[in-house]
Amino acid sequence: MYKKVLLAVDGSENSLRAAQEAGRMASLVTGCKIEVVYVVDFAKSKRDTLHVQSTEELDLFRRQNQRVEEELKSQKAAYEVKILHGEPGPAIVKYANEEKFNLVIIGSRGLNALQEMVLGSVSHKVMKRVHCPALIVK
Amino acid sequence: MISKIKKDWFSNIRADVLAGIVVALALIPEAIAFSIIAGVDPMIGLYASFTMAVVIAFAGGRPAMISAATGAMALLMGPLVREYGIHYLLAATILTGVIQIIFGVCKVARLMKFIPRAVMIGFVNALAILIFMAQVPQFIDVSSTTYVFVAITLVIVYVVPRFVKVIPAPLMAIIALTAVAIYTNADLRTVGDLGHISQTLPQFFIPDVPFTFETFAIIFPYSLALAIVGLLESLLTASIVDDMTGTESNKNQEARGQGIANIVTGLFGGMAGCAMIGQSVINVKSGGRSRLSTLVAGSFLMFLIIVLGDLVVQIPMPVLAGIMIMVSVGTFDWSSFSYLRKAPKTDAAVMLVTVAIVVATHDLSKGVIAGVILSAIFFTAKISKMKVNKQVEKERVFFAVEGQLFFASVDSFLDAFDFTVEHKEIVIDFSGAHIWDDSAVGAIDKVVMKYNEGHNRVTIKGLNSPSQRIVDKLTVHKNTKLIMH
Repeated sequence: MYKKVLLAVDGSENSLRAAQEAGRMASLVTGCKIEVVYVVDFAKSKRDTLHVQSTEELDLFRRQNQRVEEELKSQKAAYEVKILHGEPGPAIVKYANEEKFNLVIIGSRGLNALQEMVLGSVSHKVMKRVHCPALIVK
Repeated sequence: MISKIKKDWFSNIRADVLAGIVVALALIPEAIAFSIIAGVDPMIGLYASFTMAVVIAFAGGRPAMISAATGAMALLMGPLVREYGIHYLLAATILTGVIQIIFGVCKVARLMKFIPRAVMIGFVNALAILIFMAQVPQFIDVSSTTYVFVAITLVIVYVVPRFVKVIPAPLMAIIALTAVAIYTNADLRTVGDLGHISQTLPQFFIPDVPFTFETFAIIFPYSLALAIVGLLESLLTASIVDDMTGTESNKNQEARGQGIANIVTGLFGGMAGCAMIGQSVINVKSGGRSRLSTLVAGSFLMFLIIVLGDLVVQIPMPVLAGIMIMVSVGTFDWSSFSYLRKAPKTDAAVMLVTVAIVVATHDLSKGVIAGVILSAIFFTAKISKMKVNKQVEKERVFFAVEGQLFFASVDSFLDAFDFTVEHKEIVIDFSGAHIWDDSAVGAIDKVVMKYNEGHNRVTIKGLNSPSQRIVDKLTVHKNTKLIMH
């Protein structure tokens, strides 16, 4: 079953909901390990590096940004955090395929049609291009 | 060794070559614009970008980082060029390299920790503002065609990348608008009006300056400022590239590499340079990961100039100005506005003072030094607040001291005691405090002495062991039977 799960998150409400679902699913599968993947956009590298004093602080700053870990903790799910760099969509797809995950869970951003045309939907891109099943959480 | 060379150079050949080409194209307008800011011929900046990139590809500590002629450095050298001429600039560039190597050998990267982030944010913002200000004379009150060209350039560089991602937008703006300008014979200033482009490789020569102490005295202040600013921007850029690629780099090797690159650059007729945040970001984004990308960027830039020099002089200045406006907008840290609201007031003040001093003096090193000093003062003020809680029992007065007791805090420490009591037992508890220096011990002595004068019995307790040691060493009160537990 789904023992190796990738949970792709950003700082949004949607990824918190995705984390809830991931936690619920993990509680049903014994030995399920969730990897929480957070993608730092290249554009944010400069801003983040500038605003912290050390690399340790940078890591902390990025992880504190989200309540996802608290959610997983409260559901007693086993998880690890991985920070990737680059464009969110392709970075998640590449990592998911290379590391052979059984399942990818991602929150949809809930953009309207126009925003999606301009910005492109990350969840959509991921769903289309990962080799494993994908769960998109609305 | 061989596997390291392979990893550093040939692990990612295709993407590195492509990224290098993209960076070379993006470097040309900036190298020309920064030469104009420094008040030198465009060739000086182009040669610098060539030699800096090529040398740093071998000598640097951070693979995939791009070094070239930069705005931060160009802004510093203006006065030197105006007063003494180009040869003094080249000599200063060589001396900058020497200073940077010394810094590198002394492991200066550690010192970066002492530069507060508020100062670095101020540094980046001031740089952006200065680059923008340097463009203003290129397009304000020149001609109405100039405004039109600047506006079209901005539209191209901001809108086109949404649709076309392969070719850098600034390059498209340059090609399209230079063609339009030539075709319509528009009355615009061009790069050629501000200097000439020679289609030759740089040549080795020793700068033509008298080798005297006087020369040294002229160039040294500039070289020192250039060395500091160059390392600051380079090490910041290295941290950004570290983060983007999720890898580590050797900061001290980078400092030495910057030094070597500047010495070579000075000897080949280029102006001092350093790492560039914007170009390094472009390189990594385009797929550059190894030293090969930096080497390709520098070499391809020189190749383009040799082949296309005739066309480069025809680039209209307003197009260049538009591209540099984009560069300054990209350099500015836009999250500073929320930082100003959220950060402690003292940090916000340090950031603003850094920016203000740089904008007033056009010297990034002065802003950084002022910012560091101001932060140190604020820090001292913050930790020099002592808290002394007083509790009075029948025959006993009990003081609990909290905080760091040192030269700056002795006043607030002494103010907390009132010396009117007589014939009491005084207990001073230092378990929440740390004693740092001679002045601190002096202040404790003074308190004990005053209370002794009023026939009180003073007991001092709770000193932690380092504090106890310094008190034992420096106190003058052993004779007055000061009891310490």
